[in-house]
Amino acid sequence: MSTLTEAPPPPAPTGTEPKPPRRRGRWTPYWLLLPGILWLVVFFAAPMVYQASTSVQTGSLEEGYQVTWHFATYWDALSAYWPQFLRSVAYAASATVLCLLLGYPLAYLIAFRAGRWRNLIMILVIAPFFTSFLIRTLAWKTILADGGPVVGALNTLHVLDVTGWLGWTSGDRVLATPLAVVCGLTYNFLPFMILPLYTSLERIDGRLHEAAGDLYAKPSTVFRKVTFPLSMPGVVSGTLLTFIPATGDYVNASLLGSADTGMIGNVIQSQFLRVLDYPTAAALSFILMAAILAMVTLYIRKSGTEDLV
Amino acid sequence: MTTHTTTNQTAATDGGGDVRLTGISKDYGSFTAVHPLDLTVPQGSFFALLGASGCGKTTTLRMIAGLEEPSAGTVHLGDQDVTALPPYKRPVNTVFQSYALFPHLDIYENVAFGLRRRGIKSVKKQVGEMLDLVQLGEQARKKPHQLSGGQQQRVAVARALINHPKVLLLDEPLGALDLKLRRQMQLELKRIQTEVGITFVHVTHDQEEAMTMADRVAVMNAGRVEQLGAPADLYENPRTTFVANFLGTSNLIEAEVDTRSGDDVVVKAAGDKLVLPGARCSAPAKAGGKILVGVRPEKIGLTHADDAGTLPEGRNRVTGTISSTSFIGVSTQYVVDCAACPQFEVYAQNIDRDPRLVPGAEVVLHWNPAHTFGLDAAQSVLAGTAGDAGAAEGEAV
Repeated sequence: MSTLTEAPPPPAPTGTEPKPPRRRGRWTPYWLLLPGILWLVVFFAAPMVYQASTSVQTGSLEEGYQVTWHFATYWDALSAYWPQFLRSVAYAASATVLCLLLGYPLAYLIAFRAGRWRNLIMILVIAPFFTSFLIRTLAWKTILADGGPVVGALNTLHVLDVTGWLGWTSGDRVLATPLAVVCGLTYNFLPFMILPLYTSLERIDGRLHEAAGDLYAKPSTVFRKVTFPLSMPGVVSGTLLTFIPATGDYVNASLLGSADTGMIGNVIQSQFLRVLDYPTAAALSFILMAAILAMVTLYIRKSGTEDLV
Repeated sequence: MTTHTTTNQTAATDGGGDVRLTGISKDYGSFTAVHPLDLTVPQGSFFALLGASGCGKTTTLRMIAGLEEPSAGTVHLGDQDVTALPPYKRPVNTVFQSYALFPHLDIYENVAFGLRRRGIKSVKKQVGEMLDLVQLGEQARKKPHQLSGGQQQRVAVARALINHPKVLLLDEPLGALDLKLRRQMQLELKRIQTEVGITFVHVTHDQEEAMTMADRVAVMNAGRVEQLGAPADLYENPRTTFVANFLGTSNLIEAEVDTRSGDDVVVKAAGDKLVLPGARCSAPAKAGGKILVGVRPEKIGLTHADDAGTLPEGRNRVTGTISSTSFIGVSTQYVVDCAACPQFEVYAQNIDRDPRLVPGAEVVLHWNPAHTFGLDAAQSVLAGTAGDAGAAEGEAV
C-alpha cells in the first residue's frame, strides 16, 4: 500500500463520499427475476388480495358486494362446514399414508433392485399422466362399480364386512363411500409420492449399506438406521406433495363419493359456482390455506429434516 | 492399549487368528476377477495386497469381508469357516475407500454404530478412547461433511477399530488424500496397527505405500498373486517381470546363457559378458537358453569412459551413451543408451557429481554381480510398467 502515503488525508465524513465504481451486471439477477416476479404478482399476489377482500365483504349478487370487514363470515363458514374440513383432512391423511405404504417399497425397488428395468418402471409410474386426471378418476367408477369384479371379490373375501363395520363402505357398495374417495385420492397422487421418494433413495450411496452391514447391522437394521433416515427428505416432500393437493381436492369426492363424503373442496366449489356466495367461499379458501400451512409447519418441525432437505 | 481391557465380544474363543483363503475365486459371468487363490495372513501382521486397478485385490478383500460371495473356495478366520456368513456376522471390519461415513449421524454416533448394533449400552468410554486414539476428541459432535478428508479417514478407521475386529480390512483408504497427508496417514496407520495389534489387510495400488506400511506384501496381477513376501525381499528378488517393474523400476536385459561356473551364471548380452548368482536366477539357466537379466537403477555406478581403467575387476560392465539426465535433488536420474538395453536407467546419489556426465557422454555402467537377478525370458519385458502400474511407479525412489 505504497500509494497510501501519497494520498491526501481522508476528508471529513460529509456524506458525499465518491460512489464506488459501478459494477457491471449488478442488476442482472433482478432483471432475470422480473418475469417470475411479475407472474407471481399478477396471478398469485393480486388474486390473494382480491380473495382476501372478498372474504370480508357483505351484500348480495343483485345489490353488489361491499367491503364491510365482516370477519364473522369466517366463523360462520367454519361452524357450518367443519365436518367437511375434518373429512378433508382425514381422507387426505389416509390417502397419504396409503401412498407412502404403496410408494416406498416401489421407490426402493426402482432405486436399488430394478437394474435395467429401472427406466421402464419409471415410465409406468409416470404413464398415467398422459391421460386426463378426470378420465382416470372416472375409470375408477367402472373399476369400483356395483356388482363389478372388484366389489364381487371383496364381498366374497368378506372384506366389505370389515370395511362396512369400520364405516368405510356401506352394504354391498364401494362406490359413493369414503373408501372409494380415498382409493381415488391414493391412485391420483401416488406418483407425487413415488418420485421424490425415488430421488432421495437413489441418492443414497450404496456403500453406506455395505458399511452398515460390515458394522454388524442386520438388513432390517440397515433399513431402520441408515436407509430410512437418509430417505427422510423424500418422505417429507412426498407426503407434502400428496397431502396438500389431496386436502383441497374435490374431483375424487364428487365423482367417486356421495353427499356424505363431501370434502371442503366440494363446498368451496359449490359456494363459488352454484350458491354464488363469494364471501363464504373466499373465507373457506383462506381457512383451508391457513390450516394446511399450520399442519405442514408443525410436520416439518416434528420430522426435523431441515438440515437434510 | 487401554481399549483392550474391555471385553471383546466378537473375538471367538478359538486360538489362532490367521486369515486363511483356500482355493478362493470369483467369476463375474465369463470374466474371472480372482483365479483360485491360496493365501494365509498371519495373525497380527500388516498385510498388503498390491496391484494395479482391476487386478482382483479389492475383490479378494471384499470376499474376506463377506461383501462379495466367492465363486469357489473357503474363507477361514482362525478355525472358523466364515465363507457362508453374511458381513454383519463376521468379526471383520472394513475401512472403505470412500470412507462411507453415515452422513446423517455425527462423528460420535458413526464411531458408536458397530457397538450399538451389538447391543452394547454404555459406549461413551470406548468411543471417547477411540476418538482420542485417532486424535478427533474435539470433533465428536460434528457431522462427517464438516471434517477434512484426513479427519474423515481417521473416523472411518476409528469406526472399524472400536469393534476390535479379528481383521481390519482397508480398501485403498488413503487414495483420496493428497501426497503429504497420505505419507502422514501411512505412519499413523502403522502406529495404530502396532498399538492395537490387530491384523490389517491393506489393499493399495501404491507400491511405495505397501512397502512403507506392510510386513508382508502380496503382489497381484490379473487375478493371481504374482509373488508374496517381505517388502525388501520382493524388491531385491522379484521372480517375475511384473513384480520387477511394478515394485520400483528395473532394467531388464535380454541375454543368452553362456556358461555356469560354480554358483554363478555367465550370460552374454549384445557382446557384454554379465555374471549373476545362480541362486537369484528364477529361470532355468541352460547354456544357450534365453533369460532376462535385471538390475535396479540405484545399484549401478556410472563412470565416464575415460576412467574405465580405474574400475575394479569382477564387476558387471555395460557401455553406452547418456541420452538424458534429470536432477531430482537427492539423486540424479540418467537414461543411458546401451546396445543391450536402449533405455538403461541409473539413479546416482548426488555426492560427487562428475561434470562430464552430460547427455552424449560415453559412459561405463558397472555393478556388483550379486545385485543382478535373472528372470524367465518367456514373459513380457514391459509387464507391470503400463497404465496404472506406470502411474503408481511415479514416486519410485
